[in-house]
Amino acid sequence: MSVNLLIARRHLMASKKQTLVAMLGVTFGIAMFILMISFMIGVNQFMERTMLSFTPDIHLYNDISTNYSHSIAGEYFKGQPVTVSVAHPKPRQVRLDLKNAAALLSRLRRDPLVAEISPVVTTLVFYNYGPVQINGSISGVNIDDESRMFDLKDKMVTGLPEALLTADKGILMGSGLAQKLNVQLGDLVSLAAPNGMLMRFRVVGIFRIGISAIDNVRSYVSLANGQQLLGKDKSYITDISIKLHDHARAAVAAKTLHNQFGYKADDWETANASVKTSNLVRDTLTYVVSVTLLIVAGFGIYNIMNMTINNKMKDIAILKAQGFAGRDIMQIFLSQAIFIGILGALSGMLLGFILAYALSSVPFPPNEYVALKYFPVAFEPAHYFFGLLFGSLTPLAAGLMPSLKAAKIDPVMILRG
Amino acid sequence: MTPALTAEKLNKYFHEPEEFRVLQDISFTINKGEFVPIIGKSGCGKSTLLYLLSTLDTDYSGTITINGERVTGLSQNELALFRNQHIGFVFQFHFLLPEFTALENVMLPALKLGRWSKAETEERALAQLQQLEMAPFARQLSSKLSGGQQQRIAIARALINEPMIIMADEPTGNLDSGNTRLVFDIFNQLAHEKGIAVLAVTHDLDFAKQADRVIEMKDGHIVSPGA
Repeated sequence: MSVNLLIARRHLMASKKQTLVAMLGVTFGIAMFILMISFMIGVNQFMERTMLSFTPDIHLYNDISTNYSHSIAGEYFKGQPVTVSVAHPKPRQVRLDLKNAAALLSRLRRDPLVAEISPVVTTLVFYNYGPVQINGSISGVNIDDESRMFDLKDKMVTGLPEALLTADKGILMGSGLAQKLNVQLGDLVSLAAPNGMLMRFRVVGIFRIGISAIDNVRSYVSLANGQQLLGKDKSYITDISIKLHDHARAAVAAKTLHNQFGYKADDWETANASVKTSNLVRDTLTYVVSVTLLIVAGFGIYNIMNMTINNKMKDIAILKAQGFAGRDIMQIFLSQAIFIGILGALSGMLLGFILAYALSSVPFPPNEYVALKYFPVAFEPAHYFFGLLFGSLTPLAAGLMPSLKAAKIDPVMILRG
Repeated sequence: MTPALTAEKLNKYFHEPEEFRVLQDISFTINKGEFVPIIGKSGCGKSTLLYLLSTLDTDYSGTITINGERVTGLSQNELALFRNQHIGFVFQFHFLLPEFTALENVMLPALKLGRWSKAETEERALAQLQQLEMAPFARQLSSKLSGGQQQRIAIARALINEPMIIMADEPTGNLDSGNTRLVFDIFNQLAHEKGIAVLAVTHDLDFAKQADRVIEMKDGHIVSPGA
């Protein structure tokens, strides 16, 4: 070990309490950074997972168009010098389905980007059970396709998704909805479609996605039953859910599909912009708080280093007289700061991990909106690496000025008294 | 006689609180094996002179040559190395590093120099302490020793790198007469037996009188250049 490091070590050992206090500043800063970022990223991941559990990568559907600029009168008088003005036009009959759905589906199946597709018929309905009437929606699906895409099997409270295939007019109901209607497996529920059609379905399963906006309103029936309820033929499809091999390419792929087919294509990020925004807010908050903690720790180290150097003026002077150059003095004090930083960062990482681990085993207060058993915490090596990096850099920066000051001390001033 | 140190026309100004010429055209030579006290009244510039000669203070005009090498104009880093190799310091306040043992204090300049291995350095430091009858205290923290003991440790530390010249600023200023006597004898011995030049600023006339020659200063001039 070089003589400079020997002196640095002796200084640190001689004032253990001071060293410890300086180190703890860094330790807590880094521990809080790790804890906060683990928790925030855990929440982000949970939100994204939940979001993706009911949002397809791309949702293709026929948006109701409110473009009334074309009128028959306009067509009739075309080319003639007349101005046609139709006041308060009434929308003509709009089709909600995707035309040529079969061709569309087979075209999508051949697309190399696409992993899964699920054709859907959706409509608003009234659920009637005894005197209770609740509005909601149903999705008529090929349950195999839908189950593969959203992993429905894991979300069943009772029953199995496949029951839709075997049961005659079966329905899989959201847990919140089932609770409100007070229905159980095997009960018969009447569904009233907007066109007045009334059908009775038997509850063959209850699912819970963990988002009340879905669980309280949605049910699944088979595609054929859905079409039947709406009084439409077998080619009637209103939506197509698409899952890509790489969901990061959703935005681009959605645009292509829109241009190709003219239907509205929402990618998952657009559909869940609010989740993305709140992720950003959480990230920002994490970094602001962590940087503040580290800066406070840095000032602590700066103070302690300054104090140490003021106390060691004589030692510095004598070392200089004996042939220690300015850079030696700087090395002596800077290495103390670095030592404090690295040790503080390492113990901060450990403390941070322990706290994060403890938090991950705290039960999350049960509620009907989110399906969480424990606080969501992410354990990612990158966070610990950054913790170590920042934890070591902060004391280095904080120790730099005092060390420079020490290096510049004029020994004559001190030695003469 | 070979000169250990030569000073030529040294001038030094203090700029604060007001412009003041502390040293005025100081020139003299000290030979190897000479023990030379510098005496004079408080404020005559003797300490200032010593810090110029010791290369710690570089704000002066004139030329200083130590052991044949011109030190005036060297960079701070070069001067640090030069001090480490060629100059031993003894101060009024012993200035040992309190966190280190007596032995470690003696070893530090040699470890910095890096000429000997750590084991060798320790051996040499112990031998040095032995000569000054301080070996029994080698493993004690320096802050636990008495003033006389500390000063002897400081002398051992000054000698560890086998310097050509020892510079002392009031080395006996804080010591009783017994210890003063002892430090004087050590300096005398170093000069006469080992051929080291010893330059000591002091206001202790008894101490000075017994030396080979005395440089006396008054108002920034040398009034008795000695023998």
